[in-house]
Amino acid sequence: MLKIKNLYAGIDNKKILKGINLEVNPGEVHAIMGPNGSGKSTLASVIAGKEEFDVTRGKILFEGEDIDELSPEERAHKGIFLSFQYPVEIPGVSVTNFMKTAINETRKAQGLQEMPANQMLKLIREKAELLEIDRKFLSRSLNEGFSGGEKKRNEIFQMAMLQPKLGILDETDSGLDIDALRIVANGVNRLRSEENAFVVITHYQRLLDYIIPDFVHVMHDGKIVKSGDKELALELEEKGYDWIKQEAVL
Amino acid sequence: MELKEKLLASFMAFENQVDMDSPVHDIRSEAIRNFEEKGFPHRKMEAWKYTSLAPLQKVDFSLFPKEDSTLDYREVKQYFLHEIDTYKIVFIDGIYSSYLSETTHDGVDICLMSSALTKPMYRPIIDVYFNKIASREESLTTLNTAFTREGAYIYIPKNKAPRKPVEILHLSTGNEASLMLQPRNLIIAEENAELQVIERHQSLTTNEVLTNSVTEIFAGKDAIIDYYKVQTDHSTASLIDNTYIDQKTNSQVSVHTFSFGGKLTRNNLNFFQDGNHMNSILKGVTILGDKQHVDHHTLVHHQQPNCESHQDYKGIFGDQSTGVFNGKIIVDKIAQKTNAFQQNNNLLISDRASVNTKPQLEIFADDVKCSHGCTIGQLDQEALFYLRSRGIGKKEASALLMYAFANNVLESVRIPELKGRINRLIAEKLGVHLGFDL
Repeated sequence: MLKIKNLYAGIDNKKILKGINLEVNPGEVHAIMGPNGSGKSTLASVIAGKEEFDVTRGKILFEGEDIDELSPEERAHKGIFLSFQYPVEIPGVSVTNFMKTAINETRKAQGLQEMPANQMLKLIREKAELLEIDRKFLSRSLNEGFSGGEKKRNEIFQMAMLQPKLGILDETDSGLDIDALRIVANGVNRLRSEENAFVVITHYQRLLDYIIPDFVHVMHDGKIVKSGDKELALELEEKGYDWIKQEAVL
Repeated sequence: MELKEKLLASFMAFENQVDMDSPVHDIRSEAIRNFEEKGFPHRKMEAWKYTSLAPLQKVDFSLFPKEDSTLDYREVKQYFLHEIDTYKIVFIDGIYSSYLSETTHDGVDICLMSSALTKPMYRPIIDVYFNKIASREESLTTLNTAFTREGAYIYIPKNKAPRKPVEILHLSTGNEASLMLQPRNLIIAEENAELQVIERHQSLTTNEVLTNSVTEIFAGKDAIIDYYKVQTDHSTASLIDNTYIDQKTNSQVSVHTFSFGGKLTRNNLNFFQDGNHMNSILKGVTILGDKQHVDHHTLVHHQQPNCESHQDYKGIFGDQSTGVFNGKIIVDKIAQKTNAFQQNNNLLISDRASVNTKPQLEIFADDVKCSHGCTIGQLDQEALFYLRSRGIGKKEASALLMYAFANNVLESVRIPELKGRINRLIAEKLGVHLGFDL
């Protein structure tokens, strides 16, 4: 589904990603861990098409297609979703209206008719239930005055609504208490299928107790320096990141 | 002949048409003398540094249009807030249109300035209120005073509130190649009275129009007035709006100004707080493109203790449009415990658009809370990326962000149908069709 080959990227002459290789297949969950500043969030943004970053070398293939030239919205239309670490507040636009716009813009791009209102409502109700979101919440302005947990839950709600092929979760666990973490993880798990895949970016192992990854990668200084299975996450939790850094130097 | 000479030359003829014996005659004469002495404001004056009236003064405006213009309601329905029932005071080329209007004398007076100025029964009120807060120095105001003949007259007696909002609509037909209009409105809400007004100037063709309007508003003790100015005219229409508001104790007056159109628009909005514990609310959304120009000059004069004022103006400027915000707050020495808030935020969405913003605070009291802030920026790229990553195209995403930027000004619009209309105007102005009504 996703193939990243020797990817170099940066911003304003600052090199951040320095040769990333990653392959994600349908049905898989990959966790990307690593210390702050290792380039995890940049990788997420680059996959989603953030234009501030320049890809200087390498390729990102999504379902076999080089997506380097595609805008963020075109990537979204192809089924890439990024759950933001810091979701943006949009006063005056309700969660419901925002989702209607996002879904119908995507359908338009895919050559489909707008989703009928009753179908939309049904979908919203169903997905809100999945994330244990109150109906009143849906008529509030998007992210405005939301708590950290509400914002993250809302991100996963959006993901559930848009049903992407590839969901990238950028530090979705940061700032979440254990109840919110459980709800978010449960939501993600219920969305998992043989057709879709997830890349879970996290600093801590905690989230991976709930969303069990098939692969764990450790990033350091713009590269994936170690890959393994879920045991690697536990090892990192126990030992910290320093040994990875030392290993990387060696 | 330049406009000033033309206006002066036509003054005698104008006075002969109206009632020479009226007590207003002296006021007019004094006003024209002031205008003759001062002439049009020019860019060497600090208050007019960024707005030039010079090109307009070269236009050969018709001052007294033919009186026989008629319009079918269906042609102009869209300019009314037709979703709800309203009182309507409608003028076509400056002349009152009785069949498009719906006035009343049922407990309140919602009618015409020309009647109020000429009928003896209104004399006591005219004597107390007319030209009492409009400037006798500012030349455009005095020019309007000199030519005062027609406009809206609204009088709400103590404890009364009209059943529905009042729309004041000035239509220009384009029957004249270019037309100058000088409407004069007098609006009074006595003690504990309540009123909602929507004012709009609309030309029906792209023939040039210059409107120099003066509105005096008096809010008595405990009165509540909401005033909405919808400025969405063609890019051949210029508007100079001079509004003067006098507030008494415990009153609350809000003025919302929505400036999405026109060629040159100048809003001189002046609040005089003459009492305690009152609130003045000044809000504006400006969205411009092409070479449009809007200049907001606000004044809030706190003359008594324990009062508040809230100003919040948002501007979005595209293409080669230009904007000005000049917000003056005066707090007199006795006006302790004043709470004055002023905010002006601007988005420049084109390299060639510009905005000049200036807070001007003159505070003579020592126990006051005054805050002001102005920003000029661009669309938040992170926010734009967020929306685009959800599949929303760049143009629609930009529009949503601009809408969000202007939104808190809209929140205080208390007529839902008007809010809906303004939202649609914003979507139209931003050139987007979203899957829902903004």
